[in-house]
Amino acid sequence: MTKRASVESASPPSPSRRRSKYTLAPLVLIAANVVLFALFFVWPAVIGLVYSFTNYTGIGSFQFVGLDNYQKLLGDSTFYDAMTRTLLYTVLFVPLNFVLSLLIANVLVSKHAKGASVARLFFFIPWLLSPIIVGVLWRWLFGENFGLVNYLIEKVGGSAVPWQSNADLSLIVVVVAAAWAWTGFSMLLFIAAIKNVPTSYYEAASLDGAGPWRQFISITLPSIAPTSFIVILLNTIHAMKEYAVFASLNSGGPGTSNNLLVQYIYQTGFKAGQIGYASAASFVLMLILMGVAVIQMMVNRRVENR
Amino acid sequence: MTTTDLPRKVDADSVRAVSKKRNRGSATGGLRRAIAPTTLLWFLAGLYGIPVLWFVLSSFKPAGDLFSLPLTVFPENPTVSGYKAAWASANFAQYFINTTLVCVIATILTVGVSCCTGYALAKYDNKWLKAFFVCILATTMLPAEVMLAPLFLVVRDLGFYNSLTGIILPALLTATGCFMFRQFFLTVPDELIEAARIDGAKELSIFLRIMVPLSRPIALTLAILSFQWRWNDYIWPLLMLNDPEKFTVQIGIQSLVGAQSINWSVLLGGSVISMIPLIVVFLVFQKYVMNADINAGLKD
Repeated sequence: MTKRASVESASPPSPSRRRSKYTLAPLVLIAANVVLFALFFVWPAVIGLVYSFTNYTGIGSFQFVGLDNYQKLLGDSTFYDAMTRTLLYTVLFVPLNFVLSLLIANVLVSKHAKGASVARLFFFIPWLLSPIIVGVLWRWLFGENFGLVNYLIEKVGGSAVPWQSNADLSLIVVVVAAAWAWTGFSMLLFIAAIKNVPTSYYEAASLDGAGPWRQFISITLPSIAPTSFIVILLNTIHAMKEYAVFASLNSGGPGTSNNLLVQYIYQTGFKAGQIGYASAASFVLMLILMGVAVIQMMVNRRVENR
Repeated sequence: MTTTDLPRKVDADSVRAVSKKRNRGSATGGLRRAIAPTTLLWFLAGLYGIPVLWFVLSSFKPAGDLFSLPLTVFPENPTVSGYKAAWASANFAQYFINTTLVCVIATILTVGVSCCTGYALAKYDNKWLKAFFVCILATTMLPAEVMLAPLFLVVRDLGFYNSLTGIILPALLTATGCFMFRQFFLTVPDELIEAARIDGAKELSIFLRIMVPLSRPIALTLAILSFQWRWNDYIWPLLMLNDPEKFTVQIGIQSLVGAQSINWSVLLGGSVISMIPLIVVFLVFQKYVMNADINAGLKD
């Protein structure tokens, strides 16, 4: 009897038994994050969705107004302006950042470039700066009356460029500033990916007479496609929710011409106290982000299957 | 026989040609080949360095010289008056203490919960653990900025409005952290756990005594990232904090920018001061960020 019992307990546990055996330990381990997830993700997501159908102002009682908020949003030209500006910013920022960081990553891993480990710091320090500081720094550089850039332009005979008072130029300064600040991060991902490409590919290609450009197009780019996908996805999400750089660089101006979506949500929700309306705008932003993710996943899958 | 000889001969020739070329190249061509990439590298590094350099150099100019033409690269009468004014005005020391407090507490807690969750996700096999992993990944799609208003109401209803807790708690759950630890623990062999189990170790003590010490490099990498995120946070502290005594550094600086007429001397000094802690932390722990195999699921 004793022998049988010991054999039974020593026999490999069936999947169901094994599962029940280790239920408590993982539950204890993830408990903190489950609570955080419920409190700061599920709860706000649910009440956000509910409030988007109400006229809640943050205090007091509220009434359900059905789809009114969404209908109002569709006819709100300020919202449209914020959305098109956000999309324009994203469309400009993501490719610029992609090209810059890929170029720099390639130069940095090139074994002929001297002093790469020191130069890497120059590209990395901007990433450490907060978006607020990045904005201040570029505001200082591109000041209309006092900035270094306009000073140099006037020095070589040009006339001062209205970096602050022209809406489009102002947006371009932000795009450049953000691309400059975010290079370090994308670059780090690219460097890791490029280092993982087997060197034998390059050796074979150079024996076949392929030049550096050809090698880059035919070997590096296809090999790092998954990383490129992640960089584009992360940068798109990052760009869609940009606010701080604008806040300190041009305060969303001149006027309200460079107000992006998050600033719009912030202003309607917290300055004007229309929580319900701001929640509706939030959900539109969320739908855009999810749409971006789905589209990019589909494109990525198609490219990989080819 | 001749047919097999022929290609071999060609092969040998080409190999010799290649090796000859390489020998010749290594002496003189090595340097020549290095010129183009090195120039490009340092040209780009200069482009990236100039904005910061100009900013830092300007901060040493006295307030009167900031706008005097012609602009000079190096300050003629270097001074730290801007720094002194920034530190004295607007409670900067208090902002620094607040921000440091938030950063340190949030970082320790973030690393702690991420380590636990990452370990559970990597080493236990359950349906609901998998479901929770998908939930965590979903948070990358919905950053806090998207749920600004409802998240604000939740934190307010929990009673954390206008307190540093209200900044720290919502930031603790990060998909990046959980993902980094999960990827790391997947590489730790299961035999280690099995052996400890046979020796009679309890599940949680296996985790605390064996796994946590093993994961030190990942913990440091995440700690640096987390420190950076919290130090640079702007919009959430701006919403949460009402009392100037509790402001963080970033809000303090933005309030200088938002003023009717910007006092550039103070702003430059304050900005440079606020950059220092992160750059020091980064330079000390450089290798943990640079060599980290950071991958998907990243979020700030």
